[in-house]
Amino acid sequence: MTLKLPLLWLLAAVVYAFLYVPLAVVVLFSFNDSALNAGWVGFTTRWYELLLADADMLSAAANSLLVATVASIAATILGTMAGLAIHRYRPRLLPALVLTPVAMPEILLGVSLLLFFRQVLDLTLGLASIVIAHITFSIGFVAIVVRARLQGMDEAIFEAARDLGATPWRSFRHVTLPLILPAIVAGALMAFTLSIDDFVITFFTAGVGVTTLPLQIYSMIKVAVTPEVNAVSTLLMALTLTLIAVAARIAPESIRARG
Amino acid sequence: MKPTRSVGHGQRGKAAGMRSRLSRWLVAAPPSLFLALFFLAPSLIMAGASFRFPGELGGLAPLTASAAHGSDHGLTLEAYAFVFGDWVYLWICLKSFAIAAVTTLACLALAYPLAMLIAASPRKRRDLLVLLVILPFASNFLVRVYAWMIVLGPMDLLYTQTAVLIAMVYVHLPFMILPLYINLEKHDPALLDAAQDLGANAWRRFWHVTFPLSLPGVFAGSALVFIPVLGMFAVPELLGGTRDILIGNLIKEQFLDNRDWPLGAALSLVLTAMVLALAWGTLRLARARTRGLA
Repeated sequence: MTLKLPLLWLLAAVVYAFLYVPLAVVVLFSFNDSALNAGWVGFTTRWYELLLADADMLSAAANSLLVATVASIAATILGTMAGLAIHRYRPRLLPALVLTPVAMPEILLGVSLLLFFRQVLDLTLGLASIVIAHITFSIGFVAIVVRARLQGMDEAIFEAARDLGATPWRSFRHVTLPLILPAIVAGALMAFTLSIDDFVITFFTAGVGVTTLPLQIYSMIKVAVTPEVNAVSTLLMALTLTLIAVAARIAPESIRARG
Repeated sequence: MKPTRSVGHGQRGKAAGMRSRLSRWLVAAPPSLFLALFFLAPSLIMAGASFRFPGELGGLAPLTASAAHGSDHGLTLEAYAFVFGDWVYLWICLKSFAIAAVTTLACLALAYPLAMLIAASPRKRRDLLVLLVILPFASNFLVRVYAWMIVLGPMDLLYTQTAVLIAMVYVHLPFMILPLYINLEKHDPALLDAAQDLGANAWRRFWHVTFPLSLPGVFAGSALVFIPVLGMFAVPELLGGTRDILIGNLIKEQFLDNRDWPLGAALSLVLTAMVLALAWGTLRLARARTRGLA
């Protein structure tokens, strides 16, 4: 292309700076030896020490991990089924059921589940309601990745398995599953990240007693901005980076699927 | 399998047919049932709740009259009368729309040059530049909002409309960059060469070739930014002042603070209608454009 590249590079540099500077400030201040988020005083790790001694924060982190593990396993199974069903059987309703929760504003899913759990099921909100909510919005992401993988494959392979007399289960177990496994892993990692990161839907489905990490961060920054939040934010960024690196190793398409 | 092959074929065919119907059901039913129960049913109940009376202690009033509750029961349009009767609600809906529109335009302005640059880069550098767009997007949503609390605090911009807009753009920018880049990457450079040979300058080449071809990407990115911004409540709550609330904040307030669920449900339905209208409009526009080009 014959573009004015220097000008484009300049604009791009501005956008990248816009993307990274705020996060860099958070990381920087997490090591700053001052209770105020203004001006560099000196290096310290005491905010991390404070964080690791914070019982509320640790139990919130444990809840987050538990919810993300259970929800991502269930969402991966259901999402893989949905992806397979949509690709193979072209059902009429399922695509809308799977994709609408992904496309609509999160708050709508959050409040409708709140209403449903409290008014219809009369369920006390807690870990169970959070897990169900997370499964509901993650299924679509897994299904999209799995379906994309199936679309890229040659149908003749599955026909061959059928012609050779394989039962549906055998052809799934020995042909389909190995072929779509990278997509399933990618979908699982995505579901896990989405669950551990989710704030809005958790906010409405958590009830009073239970917190997750994002809820804990929210209640902290609503009250006051403290360096402890910088520390937990930095740790969360490190965790997500690790997950992305792992995803890129195991299943390179997971990175692309995010787009 | 061997000698009886021709004889057993019909029967096996029937058995296989049944098996495939069974497996179809086994694969499609669990996700369908789960989503029907936890997505479709709650959505319908939400729609129904908007026509109910609020309960005395929050929640919904009973549908039928009972001795204990002598008060309101049954169905009503009260919540809608309230929403459409008070200009404050309409004003906040309009403002949410305006904020979403400004955010979308700002994202487009920032994303377009970057997406063009990424699409024009050599393949190896392209992947790196895309990864650099995704990475900050992968950090927690609240962390990204919080980062602006720290940055804007000393600038005296915290708790203002400007702060809300900056964070909205920040949080949603990758949703605009990625679809645009995916679209621009597919353009055939020969088209630009042809335009140049025909004497079009860079400005004309952009507006008459690149931009019209990129419209599907523009629409996709705009929908991905506009819709979530429309329902956002956390950004105005954390970075905005009391006057900067949006429709998402109203909904949250009704469900968690005032506990007027019918009003909350009615507001949610208004938001749903706004989103549907928007999705429909975008689809129509996108279709009309592609037809015009074909």
